[in-house]
Amino acid sequence: MSTRRKLAGPARILVAVYAVLAIAATGRSVFQIVDRFDEAPIAFSLSAAAAVVYVVATLALAFRRDRLAWVTIGFELVGVLVVGALTLLAPAAVGLGDVELLDRAFGREGTVWALFGLGYLGVPLALPIIGLLYLGRGRRAAAAVAR
Amino acid sequence: MIDVFTVVLIGVSVLAGVLAVVLGLVGRKPSDVTILALVIVELLLIAQVVIAIVAPLGGNHPTGNLGEFWVYLATACLMPPAALAWALTDRTRWSTVVLGVAALAIAVMAYRMNQIWNVQLG
Repeated sequence: MSTRRKLAGPARILVAVYAVLAIAATGRSVFQIVDRFDEAPIAFSLSAAAAVVYVVATLALAFRRDRLAWVTIGFELVGVLVVGALTLLAPAAVGLGDVELLDRAFGREGTVWALFGLGYLGVPLALPIIGLLYLGRGRRAAAAVAR
Repeated sequence: MIDVFTVVLIGVSVLAGVLAVVLGLVGRKPSDVTILALVIVELLLIAQVVIAIVAPLGGNHPTGNLGEFWVYLATACLMPPAALAWALTDRTRWSTVVLGVAALAIAVMAYRMNQIWNVQLG
């Protein structure tokens, strides 16, 4: 664990981008569930879970809870890869069988992890990768200091 | 939404975003320029709120879901104040970049709002 109290500069950008994604995903998810849950219940439930994870990841990074950050960011990466693959190759598995390809990410039933985060400019895919790299560097640096 | 205004909103947000990100990465702390840029974006968003309320009264209705549109617009309106609060309490180059991130995110949201209003059906 680092002894610095303030979050490092670049890490603040990571937290800021995570916060934007968390807010965007939560807002859209809440709206979809309230407005049209029955249209794609599986997809919207996954989206809600993703939003919760994004919020927790943002807070974990901001408050330097490294283990929690690893778990949530790791979960997100798995999520965007799995849901991305399903929405691309087997949309019926997430209840999007009769939805046009791009609409699975951009349309009424669009969700944050669909098509590997395409509807959010690929940020849901790039961000956890960057996040894990950041956490990995931090760990190695702390281990080097401890030796 | 009105086409011309949408272009202005997205254009100014992108400019403000790129400006703040670049200035932040070269080491500038939040300054009058970057702070003012975000204030202008917020003023444009408030104007967008007015347009969104008045336009339907003049026959300009969204093709997409009005509720979804307002979720985006409300969220967008909250971002400049949050980013400015961050920049004013934490005066480093990184908070300048955060101002830029907020402005760029607003540009994307404005684009989505326009899609919901003019393109998306339902």
